[in-house]
Amino acid sequence: MALTRATVRKTPQEISTPSFFQQPIHPGSAITAGDFSVAEVKRILESADALEKENPFRRGDRLAKRRVALLFYESSTRTRTSFELAAKALGADTTLVSSLSSSIEKGESLKDTGITLQALGAECIILRSPYSGAPYLLAQATGLPVLNAGDGMAEHPSQALLDLRTILQFLGIRSSTVGAKTLNGVTVTICGDILHSRVARSNALLLPKLGAKVILCGPPELLPESAAAMGPGILVSRDFDAALGQSKIVMMLRIQAERLAGLQLDLDEYRSRYQASADRIAQHAPRALLMHPGPIIRGMEITAEVADGPQSAIAQQVHNGVAIRMALLVRALAGVKKGGRR
Amino acid sequence: MKPLLIRGGRVVDPESGLDAPRDVLLRDGKIAAIENPGQIKAPGAEVFNAKGLVVATGLIDIHVHLREPGQGYKETIASGTAAAAAGGFTTVCAMPNTIPVNDTPEITRWMQTSERGASIRVFPIAAATRGSMGEILTEYSALKEAGAVAVTDDGRPILGDAIMLEALRAAAQQGLPVIQHAEDTRLTGGCSMNAGALAFRLGLRGMPVEAESGLVERDISLLRKVKNGHLHVAHLSTAKALDAVRDARRQGLHVTCEVTPHHFALTEERIGRYDTDAKMNPPLRGESDRAAMIEGLLDGTVDAIATDHAPHAAHEKEQEFDRAPNGITGLETALGLSLQVLHVRYKMPMAKVLALLSSRPARALGLTGRGSLAPGSPADVLVFDPREKWAFRAADSRSKSKNTPFDGWEMQGRVRLTVSEGRTVFRRD
Repeated sequence: MALTRATVRKTPQEISTPSFFQQPIHPGSAITAGDFSVAEVKRILESADALEKENPFRRGDRLAKRRVALLFYESSTRTRTSFELAAKALGADTTLVSSLSSSIEKGESLKDTGITLQALGAECIILRSPYSGAPYLLAQATGLPVLNAGDGMAEHPSQALLDLRTILQFLGIRSSTVGAKTLNGVTVTICGDILHSRVARSNALLLPKLGAKVILCGPPELLPESAAAMGPGILVSRDFDAALGQSKIVMMLRIQAERLAGLQLDLDEYRSRYQASADRIAQHAPRALLMHPGPIIRGMEITAEVADGPQSAIAQQVHNGVAIRMALLVRALAGVKKGGRR
Repeated sequence: MKPLLIRGGRVVDPESGLDAPRDVLLRDGKIAAIENPGQIKAPGAEVFNAKGLVVATGLIDIHVHLREPGQGYKETIASGTAAAAAGGFTTVCAMPNTIPVNDTPEITRWMQTSERGASIRVFPIAAATRGSMGEILTEYSALKEAGAVAVTDDGRPILGDAIMLEALRAAAQQGLPVIQHAEDTRLTGGCSMNAGALAFRLGLRGMPVEAESGLVERDISLLRKVKNGHLHVAHLSTAKALDAVRDARRQGLHVTCEVTPHHFALTEERIGRYDTDAKMNPPLRGESDRAAMIEGLLDGTVDAIATDHAPHAAHEKEQEFDRAPNGITGLETALGLSLQVLHVRYKMPMAKVLALLSSRPARALGLTGRGSLAPGSPADVLVFDPREKWAFRAADSRSKSKNTPFDGWEMQGRVRLTVSEGRTVFRRD
């Protein structure tokens, strides 16, 4: 048993000056999928449904003239565009700050960048960072709601939510019925470069909350055994064919060459064991839903035939991104007065 | 300087086995007398009433980073030793990873001059290789002559087999220990915490325990080839490395080691939401390694509690976890944590706790004359209230930096008086 925080009574001054890393996180933030309760997941899914159906002119009033900053330290196509379209669909003003065209290049810290955006009137910041945990730092520095658009190898919670929406649509399950047992009996295999994947982590933390079993699949170099200890309902397997045989849902991940850090992989061997090819899918998972968060590397983790085939949900996933991100923005900003702390 | 009579305290001196009510007289910078209560007559002496308090030899920290020369914005020798005095220390050994690296007799001497404003004794530890680059040995005899008490490249390991062997041989000739920062950096590139399930979940790269134990095992095998060699393992943090030290000692090799308070008080769970005040190297480990540190302290395998006091400015720590520098401050929390964890929770006798913070580290690094209350020794004395529980507040620290994971934590035992070579350097009434 490690030492725990003191129970010594604190003076009021102590309570009012917690250290930087003890600062509270705005409750409208979405930083880790692990923090969502089942009820919260249900509310987000229902909100996404409602916002998607809503008259665009009424919808455009919901966050009219609210200021949303997109702070992107890594490149992105899907996530950035869909957050931006979501914010605009709700009437918000958006601004994009990316590392190549800002003072970040001059060495400005994340904390100072956050404070600057806040001073410019940003009420919510959407952050993508190559550093795991960066959204906490930004949330602690500004007190603003922070939406995590991907942090290092850690998490990508909006992706996990849009993946969940895609899965529920495929299974014909309505958002209003979502609960802790909704995905009982459903096995989801996530295959590929799990080690470097924030999508895998967020899905592995989210889907078991609704009763799903998650099989993480890949070679030891890209998937340590300790991954299974991440949370309940998670298994590690090296046998893709066997995992496919049990799965209604299959998520393929690309190998993240930019994060391999010197790791050597035999790519032919990798393809032969873990590629989603037409033959393999036909043989082991002919009725499963095939997902991929993108970007896809055709011919590596997935063949063109499978990516473009009838089982593929890749385009549907991207489509669902806008509705989910609208729901997260409304959650972050609705009911919150302009301004925020500081 | 007026003589000081510390009256009515419980004197605990592990070196002589004394643990009884005694009066202690300090005169001319030395321990002048220790006698039964009321026996010392010292007219004109200042009197400190130590009733209900413990009187012990000043604490000795053999592993601190005082950041001078070069990084005075983090700490200076003056501010670091002021923090040390507040923590009950009267001697610290300063690591050489300054800017420039302390690899010359000039810097070693510069650190000890009175202009630095040290409130307590500072013994420099010099670099084992030039610039701590791991290639060419420094001049051990000249460094020793200038006052260095050991050599190390701390902050990084002495990695190459050949250069480590050379260092052990050259140091043995001078009677100096080689202090190893045991980290096989070939296994820890880009890593910022302990390897395992938590690192995986947080999406951080982890340092395997083998990166530490492997290098300790390698060093022990090199030590076998060296006559009168002495290896000291800095900030040991894994059960595996501790086992290697234990085995080597059984075989009669001169291997000593130190453990930090944070490695016996905390586990990697303290990282929480990427709190960089829990980022240090070696990293906080899992519960089984933490428990092994306790075991090693209890069974005597561990020679010293050393803080690895490593101050950093707020703007350096308030960064993304991977980007923040390693290290935490520790001089003002070492005694309180050691008593809280080892004495209160694990029932280690008070004398044994104090020995781990004074006489045993002094012996490990050969700091002759330090770490004892024997008459004639330097008047390095600590008086503390063993019963007082208090909450440590980083904001009140005398260090220039506040990077501690123990802000707001309960401490057991509070320093009331620190005397360094006869001078009162800290007092809380």
